[in-house]
Amino acid sequence: MASVISDIRAQFPALNERVYGKKLVYFDNAATSQRLKAVTDLQSKLSVTANANIHRAVHSLSSKATEVYESAREAAAGFISAPGRENVVITSGTTSAINTVAHGFARAILKKGDKVLISEAEHHSNIVSWQLACDMSGAKISVIPVEESGELSLSRVESMLDCNVKILAVAHVSNVLGIENPIAEIISLAHSRNVPVLIDGAQGIVHKQVNVRALDCDFYAFSTHKLYGPTGVGILYGKKEWLDKLPPMLGGGDMVETVTFSKTTFAPVPLKFEAGTPNFLSAAAMTPALEFAAEIRKNKEVIAHESALMEKMEFCLGQIPGLHLAGACSDSRIPLYSFSIDGIHPEDAAQILDKMGVAVRSGLMCAEPIVKKYSEKGLTRVSLLPYNTEEEIDIFADALSKTIKMLS
Amino acid sequence: MEIKEIQNEIIEEFSAFDEWLDKYEYLIDLGKTLPQIDEKKKTEDNLIKGCQSRVWLDCRMEDGLLYFTADSDAIITKGIISLLIRVFNGQKPDDILHSDLSFLETIGLKENLSPTRANGLVSMIKQIMNYSLAYKEKGCQNGREC
Ligand SMILES: Cc1ncc(COP(=O)(O)O)c(C=O)c1O
Repeated sequence: MASVISDIRAQFPALNERVYGKKLVYFDNAATSQRLKAVTDLQSKLSVTANANIHRAVHSLSSKATEVYESAREAAAGFISAPGRENVVITSGTTSAINTVAHGFARAILKKGDKVLISEAEHHSNIVSWQLACDMSGAKISVIPVEESGELSLSRVESMLDCNVKILAVAHVSNVLGIENPIAEIISLAHSRNVPVLIDGAQGIVHKQVNVRALDCDFYAFSTHKLYGPTGVGILYGKKEWLDKLPPMLGGGDMVETVTFSKTTFAPVPLKFEAGTPNFLSAAAMTPALEFAAEIRKNKEVIAHESALMEKMEFCLGQIPGLHLAGACSDSRIPLYSFSIDGIHPEDAAQILDKMGVAVRSGLMCAEPIVKKYSEKGLTRVSLLPYNTEEEIDIFADALSKTIKMLS
Repeated sequence: MEIKEIQNEIIEEFSAFDEWLDKYEYLIDLGKTLPQIDEKKKTEDNLIKGCQSRVWLDCRMEDGLLYFTADSDAIITKGIISLLIRVFNGQKPDDILHSDLSFLETIGLKENLSPTRANGLVSMIKQIMNYSLAYKEKGCQNGREC
């Protein structure tokens, strides 16, 4: 193992956990990554030194809390190359970010006869939020089918972008397929028809450099708990003109300018969308996670290590008879693989693997439509991060062979 | 055999294994040997709600005793249901309704299942109890002692 990888591992105490007396092999990173020590350290430090409500009081602890919270917003803006802090809404996660946009669209944009265009490979967060928006507004959802290879074809996207489409919402990378969608091309196609685009970046941001200005997307959503950071925190990037146009989903707290019983005016963005007391200390603690993610993705050794992991994983999965990968292996893949195995239920496989110390995800993975396209019974998923090792893949491959033997 | 005796037998069998992996291996073997259910019985009505994997459970009464058949698309689930069937097959509805199920805790099954599977186990037991109650009431209506 390259020394840079052991240095990285040393920053994640959870990787030394043992389960059932065995070394933990954590391959469920796409659900939640392990947390950087600098994040937990900062969380506990701030809960002593800066635990006071933000944006409100004049006293020193409150100013400190506000300062660390706002500097985390700056860090998030920098991380995705957003023009400024007013483009960055701090939410409780990807789900609440998407719901915020969907709700805003339902109230301000969508009407009967309008369409919301999504892909077949979306997480429930990017399906159900739009279903709720359609229930409210009378609009309808149209679904772009994905190819058998798991790819989203641009000509299909183009053919479905008719004049009734009011927004296109797609994943940067699907949490089931692990394949990067051609979002830059999709965005420019949609813009050529005056359709705004929301990108669900929950998985994409973890493995891909994201520059929202270069992409020109209208919205980009992600969660920090998948990105070495705190739980209960997410980011909604939005173009200023859109954030200004959309009404807030929640009311109360600090998101107002003036309140009278007859009329309330809202605070400027982004605070308009941050009603109530946010999860401010956790949000403040995302900064080291974002810095860490930005740094390792530039490191050549880390990049080489990630490719080696993928090559090895693809080789190992390819050796197993009766294993079917959802989506093809290609250059646009991230180290995330979902598969079915003939005659074996994914719950059984995951349960036995767990007893062997290997954590994988199984079932419908909050993306029932695309999972069922590949297997009625659900799929098993392994998802890796640069702190994972080739040795762990060996342990997994061996455990998987044993599991299959036990279950057949 | 009485329900309690069968349960004690199962407790003894499980105590032979130290590792949970071995217990799983045993459950998987039980799953593999679970007698086939009549395909016609795999109906929507017989499908148990609340399990992540699909489980069908059918029940019939003969001479006042209940007999269960079941199937699942997951083998560990099949093993679990086969344990339950072994305990309850050929028993009177009333005995099933009044049985003590603490053997599931004694063998450590409950805490060693994933939360979704543990919920599934509860749903399976509930379904067995529902059948027992239904047959008990039917038996009473037919003028039988119950
Ligand atoms: C593609 C995708 N979208 C949305 C989500 C939802 O993220 P969260 O649960 O953090 O809101 C996830 C995470 O499971 C995801 O993978």
